[in-house]
Amino acid sequence: MFTFTVNGKKKQVDAAPETPLLWVLRDNLGITSVKYACGVAECGMCTVLINGKARRSCVVSVEEARESDITTIEGLPDNHPVKLAWIEKQVPQCGYCQPGIMLQTVDFLSRTPNPSEAQINQAMDDVICRCGSHPRMKQAIVLAAQMTAKQGG
Amino acid sequence: MKTKITRRSFLKNTSLVIAATAFSGSFTLFNASPARGDSALPFKPHAFLEIAADDGITVWVGQTNLGQGTHTGIPMIIADELDAAWERVAVKTALAAEPFKDPQWGAQVTGGSTSIRHRWDLLRKVGAAARQMLVEAAAEEWKIPAGQCTARDGRVLHPDGRSLSFGQLARAAAQRPMPENPSLKTPQAYGIIGTSRTRLDIPDKVMGKTVFGMDFTLPDMCIALVARPPRFGASLGAFDEKAALAVKGVVKVVPLENRVAVCAQTTYAAMQGRDALGVQWSPGSRPDLDDAALDKIYKDYLEKPGVTARNTGDVAAAFAKAHQTLEQAYKLPYLSHAQVEPINCTAHVEKERCRIWMPTQGQTGTQLTAAKLTGLPPEKVEVMTLPAGGGFGLRAEIDPVVDAVLLSKALNRPVKVMWTREDDFANDYFRPAGQSRIKAGLDKDGRLTAWSHKLAAPSVMSRLMPHAVEKGIDPDAVSGVRDMPYALPNLLVDYVMVNLPIPVGFWRSVGYSANAFAVESFMDEMAHAAGKDPVQFRLDHMEKDARPYQVLSLLAEKGGWNSPVPPGRARGVAVTSCFESFAAHMAEVSVNDKGTITVHKMVCAIDCGTAVFPDGIRAQAESGVIMGLSNAFHEKVSFAQGGVKTANYDAYPVLTMSEVPEIEVHIAKNNLKAGGVGEPVFPSVAPAVANAVFKATGVRLRELPFKRESLVKG
Repeated sequence: MFTFTVNGKKKQVDAAPETPLLWVLRDNLGITSVKYACGVAECGMCTVLINGKARRSCVVSVEEARESDITTIEGLPDNHPVKLAWIEKQVPQCGYCQPGIMLQTVDFLSRTPNPSEAQINQAMDDVICRCGSHPRMKQAIVLAAQMTAKQGG
Repeated sequence: MKTKITRRSFLKNTSLVIAATAFSGSFTLFNASPARGDSALPFKPHAFLEIAADDGITVWVGQTNLGQGTHTGIPMIIADELDAAWERVAVKTALAAEPFKDPQWGAQVTGGSTSIRHRWDLLRKVGAAARQMLVEAAAEEWKIPAGQCTARDGRVLHPDGRSLSFGQLARAAAQRPMPENPSLKTPQAYGIIGTSRTRLDIPDKVMGKTVFGMDFTLPDMCIALVARPPRFGASLGAFDEKAALAVKGVVKVVPLENRVAVCAQTTYAAMQGRDALGVQWSPGSRPDLDDAALDKIYKDYLEKPGVTARNTGDVAAAFAKAHQTLEQAYKLPYLSHAQVEPINCTAHVEKERCRIWMPTQGQTGTQLTAAKLTGLPPEKVEVMTLPAGGGFGLRAEIDPVVDAVLLSKALNRPVKVMWTREDDFANDYFRPAGQSRIKAGLDKDGRLTAWSHKLAAPSVMSRLMPHAVEKGIDPDAVSGVRDMPYALPNLLVDYVMVNLPIPVGFWRSVGYSANAFAVESFMDEMAHAAGKDPVQFRLDHMEKDARPYQVLSLLAEKGGWNSPVPPGRARGVAVTSCFESFAAHMAEVSVNDKGTITVHKMVCAIDCGTAVFPDGIRAQAESGVIMGLSNAFHEKVSFAQGGVKTANYDAYPVLTMSEVPEIEVHIAKNNLKAGGVGEPVFPSVAPAVANAVFKATGVRLRELPFKRESLVKG
C-alpha cells in the first residue's frame, strides 16, 4: 500500500513498488489526463508536479512517490493563467501532449517568472508535440507569465 | 455518379436512431445520436444537425478529431447557411453511419484532406435546407409569404420586427418537407465562414477532460498487449505462458495467428506479462535487411526498367536538341508516423452486437472488419470514433481492430488493445522510402524543354486499394511528379515498384511528401543552371495566372522575396499543388562553418479556395512547417537484421522548441470551392529549406534527412 496526495486528496493504492506512477495514476486512480506516449521520459506527456516540481511519471516509481503531493492538470484551477493562456492562444491541435507540457510550464514559470525566448526554448526543448503547436505554446507561455505577474503570483 | 451519391445521402432526410447505450454506474455514453422524436429535440432535419426547443444547435460530425480543426470548420459551414447564433452551436462526434460516409468515396474515412472538400456542397445544403424549413414554419405561423421573412442569429424575423427563435419554430419546421434544392448563400453573405472563431474542442483539451482512445475504459475491461514478430517474416516459436500468468494482474494469455496476446487488469501487468512470455521468434525472411542493404536495393531498383506513368511530347528528341542538360539523384527515407498517442482499440463483442471505441481514421473499414470477424451484420457493429492523439494516416489501419475483436470474443469481456511506443515504431506502416533520378534539358534561353523522371518506391495502394494500381503504376507513388504544377512540353515519368517486406502506408500528403522534395529541389537546380531567379523560373513554366502561379506570386510578394536578405542569410522557395489546394513555402536560413543550418523564418502561402476557418488553416500551416522541418533535419526509420531498429523517440527525434523558426502564413482570398488544408501545407517545406541552403553555401542537399557533413567548411 502506498499513500500520497493527488490534487489535494489523499489516495491509497495497492501496487508493486516499482510500478511507474504513470500507470498507477491512470489505471488505479483513473486520472487519464496523464498521458502515455514513450515510457522512457523522452516526450514529457506524462509530466505531473510532485511537490511542485515537474516530473515524468513514467520514470517515477510509486514507491518513490509515496507521501508526496502530486498535481495533475485537473489540480490546476480552471482560471489558472496557464490554462487561460492556452485557450486564448488556441494552442492544442490533437491536444494529447498538452496537459504534460502545461504542467512543465507551471514549474518553469514558477522558477522563471519573466522568461526570455531563449529561456523558453531551453526549458521547453525536451517535450514532444507532433502536431507542431510550438509557436502557439511559446506565445501562451509568455502570456501566462504576464497574467501571473498581474495577478501578483 | 459522384453527384448521385451526394444527392442521395443529402435527400434521405436521415435521422439516426440509435438505441441509447447505458453502462452501469455513472458511466457516460459518448455522443450517441439521440433518436428522433425526443421531446427536447424537435427538429433533426439531417443526421448532421439537430435543433432543440431551447435553441441549442448540435452538429454531429462523423470525421475523426485529430486536432485538425474540422470539428469547428464543419459546424461553421452548417451554422452559416443556417443563420444560426454561433454561441449556441455545439459539436459532437457521431457513431459511424451511412450519412457520414464520404460522398465521393462511399466510405467513412478521415484522410486525404477530404473532410470539408468532399462535403462542401453537402454541408452547406444541410444548413440551408434547415433554414428554409424554419423560415417557412415562421411564415405559416404569421400567415405571410416566406419571402418576407429573414433568418438571422438563430431567429426568423417578421418584417414588422417580431421574431421567433429557431427553438420555438423547431417543432413546426420538422413537419415541413425537406427542400431538395435550398438556395445557398453567395459568398458575400457569409457571416461565419471565413471569420475568426475559436476551436470548439480546445477548452476540454486544455482542462484534461478529453477522453482519447487510450483513456477509454469500461467496467470489467481487460488491457491487452500483443507480442508481434520483431522481424519481417519471423514465425512464432516457444513462449512461457506460465511465467506470464504468474505476473499479478495477468488474466489470460491468448495465442493468435503468429502473435501472442497477454490480457491483464492493468497496463503495467500486461507489459510485464508480455515480457515474461520470453517469446522465441525465427530469424525472419530477410535477415539481410539493414540501412546499407536497403540503400543498395533501392539503387538497384532504380536501374531496372520501369513502367511509364506519363509520357508527354518526346523527351529523347528534346534532350538531343537541348542547349544544356543536367542529371541528379535524390533519396528519401522511410518515415514513421510517430503520432503521440500509440495505436489502440477497445472492443466488446456480445452475442447480438459488437461495439468498438477507437480513435480510428477508417470507420467503415473498422466496422466491416469487426463484422467479418464476429459474423454479425455491419449494422450490428457500433463504431464510436474517439478523439485521436495524432494520426497522419496510420489510424486507418485495422490491425488493432482485429486483435481487440478476437480477444474480446476469446475473453467474453471488453478488451482494450494498446501498443507501446516500441510496438508503434516496430509495427508502423511507414511512409515509403524512395530514390529517383531526374534529367532535364534547357534551351539556349534557359527554358526547360524536357524532364525525365525515374523513381523507385514501394506501393501503398497495392495493399490498400489494389484496383487503383493500373499496369503496375501506383498513382500515389508518382503523385507530385506526373502532376507537377509546371506545363512542360516534354515530360517522361517512369516508375519502378519496389517490393520489400517492409510495410508501407498512408502518411501525411502521401506521395507528395517524398516527390515534392525531388521535383522542387531539381527545379531549383535547373533555375540556377539557367541563371534565372528561382521564383521567376518557376513562374515562367507555369500557366500564367493559374492557381499555382498565383500562390507562388502571393508567397513572393508577402514573403518579400525581392527584398534585401538579412546579412548572412539566404532564401529558398518551393511550391506544390495537391488535394485541390496550392501551397508554397519560402525558407530563410543561415549556415555556419560547422555545417549547422539555422532556419530563421518560414513563410507559407496557401490557396485552399474558400478559407472556411482561417485560424484553423493557420494552425495547420504552422503544423506543416514544423513537421516538414522535422523531416528535413531528423526523421529516418532505421532497420537492422531484417526488422525495425528504431524503437522510441530517442532514436527518432522530432523537431523541438528551440528549432522552431518564426512562421508566417498567408491565405489567398477567393470564393472558390474549399480545398484540402492539412496535407497541402506540408510537402514544399523541406525543398524550400534545401534550396535556401544551396543559395547560402553552394552545396546541394539531395537526401532527407539532411546530411550536414557536406556543409562543414575547412
